[in-house]
Amino acid sequence: MSASQADSVRRLVLEAGGADRQYWLDLWRYRELFFILAWRDVAVRYKQTVIGIAWAFLRPFLTMVVFTVVFGRIAKLPSEAGAPYAVMVFAGLLPWTLFSSVLGDAAASVVGNGQLVSKVYFPRMVIPLATMVVALIDFLVSLVILAGLMLWYAVIPGWQILLLPVFVVLTLLAALGPAMWLAAMIVKFRDFRFVVPFVIQVGLYVSPVGFSATLVPDEWKLLYNLNPLVGIIDGFRWCILGGDSPIYLPGFALSLAVLGVMLWWGTRSFRRTERSFADLI
Amino acid sequence: MPDTVIRAEGLGKRYLIGHRVHREGIFGEVVMRGARNIWRKGIDLLRGRTVIEGDVIEEFWALRDVNFTIRQGEVIGVIGHNGAGKTTLLKILSRIVEPTEGRVEITGRVASLLEVGTGFHPELTGRENIFLNGAILGMSQREVRARMDEIVDFSGIEKFLDTPVKRYSVGMYARLAFAVAAHLETEVLFVDEVLAVGDAEFQARCLNRMSKVANAGRTVLFVSHNMAAVSALTRRALVFRGGMLSFDGPIQDAVAHYAESLSRMSVERDWGRGTNATLLEASILNGDGHPSDRYEPGTPLRLRVVIETTGMPGMSLDVVLRDEHNLPIAYYSSSIFSAISLPSVAGRYACTLTLAPYFLASGQYCFDLMTNYNKYHGDHRVDNAVRFTVELCSPGGIPFDFSQSLGQGTHAMRLGAPLLFEPVPEPAGGEALRG
Repeated sequence: MSASQADSVRRLVLEAGGADRQYWLDLWRYRELFFILAWRDVAVRYKQTVIGIAWAFLRPFLTMVVFTVVFGRIAKLPSEAGAPYAVMVFAGLLPWTLFSSVLGDAAASVVGNGQLVSKVYFPRMVIPLATMVVALIDFLVSLVILAGLMLWYAVIPGWQILLLPVFVVLTLLAALGPAMWLAAMIVKFRDFRFVVPFVIQVGLYVSPVGFSATLVPDEWKLLYNLNPLVGIIDGFRWCILGGDSPIYLPGFALSLAVLGVMLWWGTRSFRRTERSFADLI
Repeated sequence: MPDTVIRAEGLGKRYLIGHRVHREGIFGEVVMRGARNIWRKGIDLLRGRTVIEGDVIEEFWALRDVNFTIRQGEVIGVIGHNGAGKTTLLKILSRIVEPTEGRVEITGRVASLLEVGTGFHPELTGRENIFLNGAILGMSQREVRARMDEIVDFSGIEKFLDTPVKRYSVGMYARLAFAVAAHLETEVLFVDEVLAVGDAEFQARCLNRMSKVANAGRTVLFVSHNMAAVSALTRRALVFRGGMLSFDGPIQDAVAHYAESLSRMSVERDWGRGTNATLLEASILNGDGHPSDRYEPGTPLRLRVVIETTGMPGMSLDVVLRDEHNLPIAYYSSSIFSAISLPSVAGRYACTLTLAPYFLASGQYCFDLMTNYNKYHGDHRVDNAVRFTVELCSPGGIPFDFSQSLGQGTHAMRLGAPLLFEPVPEPAGGEALRG
């Protein structure tokens, strides 16, 4: 109860436009709610389904098969540094799936939890943050498939694999920025609800998921890296396929910068509209 | 003042609301209007303003210029009609919405109950929902775990704790939800009309719990329409009216103030007009002849109606009494039952109907009012025109409340003569019949 004791001396001032200086502290105080909401989403996700968690295996696996056949066999695109096409596709599919499910779920999350928003106070950022957990768990399940694939094709990862968690975090951050902006916009203008699936659909082909980023001509490379997913997918392939698939460093730095700007912008617009969520929802 | 827990200064909350203009237009006009709306919404979107549906936009102050101070340990009732600003106040205090103007200072750990069962997930079991709801209300998992047994005991649904709540009955759901809420322990608590759940026994338990909370030295703001509950739990009340704080003081005076404003409120709803006889306002009168929203069973039921008539002869005043389910339970017509018509000289009249004493079960009632022409042809009709409450119905004088919620009707029957028991000789051959 020490937390509540500390709270009791606390003085709260509510006024128009009064930015809460304790926001980040508050966010930390509500970490239990974060865990509970995340747990709720996970617990509910596969309720009343027949094959349950197997869906988390099936979806990425089938996508990988389709992409390998379409891009690898039919279009005969080259893989990276002689790695099996299936493994290369899967190494790109992993961050993409993580990114797109965080983006989709988090963007819809605030409106989806409208009941909570209009009845209880808590730092609203807890909601989009909590939705990341479900996507992360599905991601961990897909890692198992990746391990299976690598065993099957006898691909042995190098020391680079140890840096994979870094790129996972980067993927989450890359999704979180636009997701928070979209979540705030959807509360205000429901039009944006139709934007999200479209962005995800197009993004899949704009990002080097089904093919290798090395296919992009050199003079366009830097421009291509404006899409932060390019840097991240490159990073994933570098981790998984070892040094055979080198990172294009200037591009990677650009991707990181874009990611940072989007995260800052997303957080800022979310914080700005957050106070009026209950009025708008 | 060091012991001031809540201080509100000049608090106001404005909303923008849109109206649809009901105009039957020609096709081109409708299209133009639609196009204009889309254009306006597009501009709103680009400027980052909120999109409001409707052709005309209007400002609406849900709360305006509200000032009050609440000290440590005070239990305060907040009363007012629907739309008076009570819930808006609670939402501001509990940080759900931001005030448009003014400020509030709050000291201490705050929790608010705007509804019970916020965030309950139908797929999760009762036990899981206790944790979920607890966290949403601001309890730590440790607190929930420590109070688990109490919560389960209080809800009385131990057997179904591991069943998904989507399989629960409405009553079970409400019990579980209130049980969690009732075990919320913070220094400052805001409660909005959450006692209206469950059966009579459970409501009594909730009230008990509330009074325990109220006596534990915590600061509680309690919104309710249930005057009996507010009077029992609080000593001071804030009365709201049209977004303004219209009274702040001792509970008895507040209830009286509210009852008076209630009788005046009947004027505020637009009742429309009749052709020949228009109903203007109406209220129940208490024993002293003052407007009231209470009726004491067993006393004459007095209804005062103000009517404006054109002097048309043969107009009748009819009333229908309805119970809290809005079912008609009694009817009176001046022309059919008493052969009396409205005055045949044009003008305004206050008509007082004194109906013979009823023993109405406790609960809510309302009167529909009508003026009729030639016995059956309706002229002006106002549904649910006058509402009133019977607080306690105990015709025998014993401490028992005959309530509508018991489901045994709305009238306590009275004996017309002493209850009689007479011995009846057993019929001949009774043994054989029984054999």
